[in-house]
Amino acid sequence: MSREGFPVVEADLLALSLGAALLGTGGGGNPYIGMLRLRELLRRGATVEVIPLEALDDDAFVGSVGGIGAPVVGVEKIKQGDECLRALRGVEEASGVQCAAIISAEIGGSNSIEPMLTAARAGLPVVDGDGMGRAFPEVQMSTFFIYGLDPSPGAIADDKGNVVVFKHVIDMFWLERFARRTAVEMGAGAGFATTPMPGAYVKKFAVPNTLTQALDVGRVILEARAKHQDVVSRLIDATGATLLFTGKVTGVRRELRGGFAVGEADIAGIDAHAGSNARIAIQNENLVLFVDGQPVAIVPDLIMNLHLETGEPITTETLRYGQKIATIGLPAHELMTTPRALEVVGPKAFGYPDIAFVPLSRQRS
Amino acid sequence: MIRIGIDVGGTNTDAVVMDGTQVLAGVKAATTADVMTGVVEALAQALAAARLAPGAIDAVMIGTTHFTNAVVQRRDLAPTAAVRLGLPATASLPPMVDWPDDLKAAIGGHAYLAHGGHEFDGREISALDEQELLAIADDIRAKNIRAVAISSVFSPVNTECETRARDILKKALPDVHFTLSSDIGRIGLLERENAAIMNACLCDLAKLVVDAFRNALDAAGVKARFYLTQNDGTLMDAAYAENFPVLTFASGPTNSIRGAAFLSGVSDAIVVDIGGTTSDVGALHKGFPRPATVAVEVGGVRTNFRMPDVFSFGLGGGSLVVDGPKGVSVGPRSVGYKLVSEALVFGGQTLTTSDIVAAAGRAEIGDPGKVAGLDPDLIARAEARIAQMLEAGVERSRLSAEPLPVIVVGGGSILVKGAIGGLEVLKPNHFAVANAVGAAIAQVSGEIDRVYSLASMSRAEAIKDATDKATAIAVSAGARAGTIEVVDVEDVPLAYLPGNATRVHVKVVGDLDVA
Repeated sequence: MSREGFPVVEADLLALSLGAALLGTGGGGNPYIGMLRLRELLRRGATVEVIPLEALDDDAFVGSVGGIGAPVVGVEKIKQGDECLRALRGVEEASGVQCAAIISAEIGGSNSIEPMLTAARAGLPVVDGDGMGRAFPEVQMSTFFIYGLDPSPGAIADDKGNVVVFKHVIDMFWLERFARRTAVEMGAGAGFATTPMPGAYVKKFAVPNTLTQALDVGRVILEARAKHQDVVSRLIDATGATLLFTGKVTGVRRELRGGFAVGEADIAGIDAHAGSNARIAIQNENLVLFVDGQPVAIVPDLIMNLHLETGEPITTETLRYGQKIATIGLPAHELMTTPRALEVVGPKAFGYPDIAFVPLSRQRS
Repeated sequence: MIRIGIDVGGTNTDAVVMDGTQVLAGVKAATTADVMTGVVEALAQALAAARLAPGAIDAVMIGTTHFTNAVVQRRDLAPTAAVRLGLPATASLPPMVDWPDDLKAAIGGHAYLAHGGHEFDGREISALDEQELLAIADDIRAKNIRAVAISSVFSPVNTECETRARDILKKALPDVHFTLSSDIGRIGLLERENAAIMNACLCDLAKLVVDAFRNALDAAGVKARFYLTQNDGTLMDAAYAENFPVLTFASGPTNSIRGAAFLSGVSDAIVVDIGGTTSDVGALHKGFPRPATVAVEVGGVRTNFRMPDVFSFGLGGGSLVVDGPKGVSVGPRSVGYKLVSEALVFGGQTLTTSDIVAAAGRAEIGDPGKVAGLDPDLIARAEARIAQMLEAGVERSRLSAEPLPVIVVGGGSILVKGAIGGLEVLKPNHFAVANAVGAAIAQVSGEIDRVYSLASMSRAEAIKDATDKATAIAVSAGARAGTIEVVDVEDVPLAYLPGNATRVHVKVVGDLDVA
């Protein structure tokens, strides 16, 4: 299948941010600041061209960039603007290649936007796909690294002009550890670039069409709202998502454990689910949905909460008592559910050794 | 102590006279276009009703929508410069980047980026550059800008950059007003900066309004000190209000919630203030409105200062009731202040919520004969719809399943029938002027919101430091030292940061020292 590329225009930004927030499955950070930065670039005449995976040459190189740091710093120490671009130049120089396109490692939340900003500044296209098809808390949780990409070199850059290149790291976990520490020294808000990937590798291992998916999801929400339609059912029709639960949030517990926001939300069923009770286990993102004690949707499948009436995506930070929500599920891409991927992003990797991953699609049949 | 509380609302200017904790009189006057005429009128009526001479008054507390309206209507705003310290960081989004074009144009849209600012852990991002600031001062002078808002990255953690920059700029611009973002907002650069810029652009109007209130009191013969109420339910004196007008934003709903608490004697509840067109619902927590935790927009601009978490919906005593193929609908359209001429029960042609209540025999208003012919089925369905709207509004403001009471205040309180969503309903005396009561009983506060590193101090030490700082702020704002108590302590560890970085928020309040 061959598709045309398309430009990202200002009118797309609201849909894109809604879609990216929903695909963030509760996490991924708020895309608001990134959206404003992209809008500023577009208003100053920059362009962002999205190209399909198929358009990549097998021997061209694709760069992958994103923000790294603490969410609270992201809203206070706003980026200088070229952090990710400088990190990209760092890995290009260290590996001796030049990138022909940029791809996001994480379509969910704020890191869906950062690659577009870098692409606009570098004059490169951005690839319609990503390394997760959702959001996850750590760099190694992308298909790019799960399927054996050599993580060397990586680079991280700050607002002041410092660029640190990790010339040789023995695996992704060391890169994550070094990059996280360096990011803190850089003020806990920095630009990060991972090693340039051959086009053939990206075509094989990227989760395809996720930028289009984010845009489509956002457009469905906006259109349904404008036409006073039921956003949740329109979204289900348009995406093939499963309605997992509808209910009222009756309690939210959160705590910080090992640097991650860990918690649970309780939901009392209403409408078709009246009489049932649900619980969502959270670690930055929504991990497992239990209904009446049984796991019915499990990471890496996408578990997404929306306001029942407005269809506004609800992040784990904004979940609160009394909200009436719909929880919908989408099967993760097959690249995310192989035994190899489940080692890194399955329930066991998030501390649920007793839960076996059962994909959503199979449960429905 | 005898105090007068005045609430200047969109339709009515309400006034109450209180002796200690006793309400001596409560009156309503029409709000006038110039505001002051209405205030003088309400003041005169209140004194007459309480049979007091103007000289008997010890203090006057005023809640006003003046400054909110000025921003919403883009009028009386001073040309303002935004100076942000943080380069090379933050260059990707200059000040006012997300403002509506007309508001930005109304204050000139002057934005400057300079070096300075701090990292989350207190290190400098870059050194403050005096020459750079003096060049900005030259430009500000050349453009005749009268107000400057200074923001600096992580100024809630370290205010030094903002204060030093102000000192440098003030030497060069002695007659210009300065607002520091750290005096107003919390972490979240754009929102805090927005609030600071709005405050600065209101500085000229603030002097005018404070003078006008002073003159209105003089005209009424009242010699007492007067205060404006802030959006957190506490007071600032006239001199402080001249410098921080932005803190009055949304003080109306806050005063209603505080007044409801006082009149009912309950300190934890949901408060519903039902007016003619809308209802405001907020949560009362330990006697104060629960503040919003997300960005609140004023006049199309995102801010993050201490706004009450209030949800408004289109239900009031004048809301239109329309029966259609999809069932009965109530609001959001309303006859508003024309209720007494347009509602059926008052001889008009429009079916309103007040008519439904009168027809159901639950309120003695107007001429009951004029609504006697209403279909009982329609009355029942409209009442069910009203109950549903109230329940949904109340549900939105609840944070837990704890069965809190619901306090109903405001002129539209007659709409409430029995319990709301199974929760007990309280309708205190003087419910119609709860907002003015809220103004009259306002206390004085001090508040701190900082990030502490718990690597070098314990959690208890950090909270004590924040409490001491908040107490000092309250005393300097007019609180009597012996009466200060802590009303809110919150410490939140920050994700993805080392050294146990923790955000500590402490708020204290004390009684007004009128001596």
